[in-house]
Amino acid sequence: MNVNRSRLFDIANAALIGFISLLCLVPMLLVLMVSFTSEASIQQNGYQLLPSEFSLDAYKLLLGTSPLYRSYLVSLFVTIVGTLIAVLITGMAGYTLAAKHIRYRNGLAMFFFITMVFNTGLVPWYLINLELGLRNNIWALIVPSLIFNPFNLFLVRNYMSQIPGSLIEAAKIDGANDIFIAFRIYFPLCMPVLATITLFYGIGYWNNWFNAIMLVDNQNLYPLQYLLFKLNSEINMIQQMQSSGVLVSDAVLPQESVKMATAILTIGPVIFFYPFLQRYFIKGLLIGSLKE
Amino acid sequence: MKNKKGSMLREMKQNGYAYLLVIPAAVYTLIFGYFTLPYMLIAFQRFNFKTGIFNSPWIGLDNFEFFFSSPRAWEVTFNTLKLNVLFIVVGTIAAMALAILFNELRSKLFSRLTQSTILFPHFLSWVIVSYILYSLLSTDYGIVNQMLAKLNLNPVNWYASPQYWTSILVITAVWKDIGMNLVIYLAAITGIDDTYYEAGRIDGATRWQLIRHITIPLMMPTIMILSLLALGKIMYGSFDMIYAIIKDNGLLYPTVDVIDTYVFRSLRTIGNPAQAMAVGLYQSVVGFILVWGSNRIVRKINPDHALF
Repeated sequence: MNVNRSRLFDIANAALIGFISLLCLVPMLLVLMVSFTSEASIQQNGYQLLPSEFSLDAYKLLLGTSPLYRSYLVSLFVTIVGTLIAVLITGMAGYTLAAKHIRYRNGLAMFFFITMVFNTGLVPWYLINLELGLRNNIWALIVPSLIFNPFNLFLVRNYMSQIPGSLIEAAKIDGANDIFIAFRIYFPLCMPVLATITLFYGIGYWNNWFNAIMLVDNQNLYPLQYLLFKLNSEINMIQQMQSSGVLVSDAVLPQESVKMATAILTIGPVIFFYPFLQRYFIKGLLIGSLKE
Repeated sequence: MKNKKGSMLREMKQNGYAYLLVIPAAVYTLIFGYFTLPYMLIAFQRFNFKTGIFNSPWIGLDNFEFFFSSPRAWEVTFNTLKLNVLFIVVGTIAAMALAILFNELRSKLFSRLTQSTILFPHFLSWVIVSYILYSLLSTDYGIVNQMLAKLNLNPVNWYASPQYWTSILVITAVWKDIGMNLVIYLAAITGIDDTYYEAGRIDGATRWQLIRHITIPLMMPTIMILSLLALGKIMYGSFDMIYAIIKDNGLLYPTVDVIDTYVFRSLRTIGNPAQAMAVGLYQSVVGFILVWGSNRIVRKINPDHALF
């Protein structure tokens, strides 16, 4: 009897969890399916999980237009360059904060920690960026708020602190300086945590549209996420994309499916890298939370 | 004093390269962290971009008066606190319940597979989430209205009905972040010493009793720390989320417009940085008091759970 009840619970539990995980997937699937639905069908039947009429018009239109390519390039450039610099800055600082022979490392840690606790908010941040000329150029998408994050710094520091200090001493005896030790000894040993912050920064850059909405008006510099944001709020954006690209056979502009197709193309890389993302994301969360 | 200076010089000489490594991060933090502080003063100025922070006229508390005399001050403050409290409470309970259910799963493969799907929304930007939401709630084409029609109910014009949006935003926020919290809570549960459970089983405890008397109490520290961290941002209303979904849809302001979106509009749409800063300063100060106060209360109840 008891065994039966326990078995029943297991089945119900698995069913419930299966259902919840579907809830996380199906809405995304809906967006995907709508992107493949013909405009006529949408207007007649609304969005459908199983479209009554398939169509590739949205993708044909999008792939024939330059705004999307340009935004893709902007996003790729910003993500790759930004992430590389961010990981470098964070890794280097992490070494100094973790190395036990550095006398002021705790003072430095405090210097970074304070900015985590007290936030001055949006306006000073905005004015500083204007002061530095970070407006309407590609660096306005890279430098502000994303290129260095103290949370990631402490993640790296905590990981590096576990490496025995005798390693540094031995290397010093062999005549190596701190820069050499950081790059040739510590970084290779810290690949897991560096991969984790690469992921944090990378996702941060790819998904960021805040820098764009605050600091960029020039349409040529719109990252993908911001293009997508604009697409939904400004109908004429789609017409603009149409006029600069090829004409679709259908007389009706596939407005609805174009929006959804852009969304799908925007998350493309996220899906592609997902197994990697997931693995290092979980690792990073655990390093971070276990330290508490 | 001189001696100290001398030893500082020696330290620099000895470990100069190490300090060189920290310079980029330090300079960045100095500029984007510390140098932003003086700009808070413009809250008391009639700030003008041409004259800058040094030559703009001082006007006392006029900027604050402008904000607090409008009915929107209370509205955005209330909405910010309401939404954040609901995000924290509902999010924590949902994630903890889910973590407990996951811990009871027998099949490792099934557990890993479902965790992957539940974590997935976390990697989507809020702009993408706004599209997903739109595909569900769009008045003309949305799935939800189609379902309502099948049930012979009237369609709802969701984007013009503020009364639903508190719940919609809470569900959306929980949906997006439950995967991340699940990972953390599940790790906390797995970290619990197995001997507790063995002892419980020997005493004849049921599954539910084990959860109730071992798992939940032992997870309390993790829950406290995470909630306190979240409390630190309680005056900050996840601009990314609200602005991506709501944009400038004034119809929905009464229930979901928050301080962050209000500040954003004062700054970028209306173009008055001084008034925006006044609201921002109010936000920082109240936020700081709330964190400090709640930390004190937690420390009184159980010092181990306090953050500082």
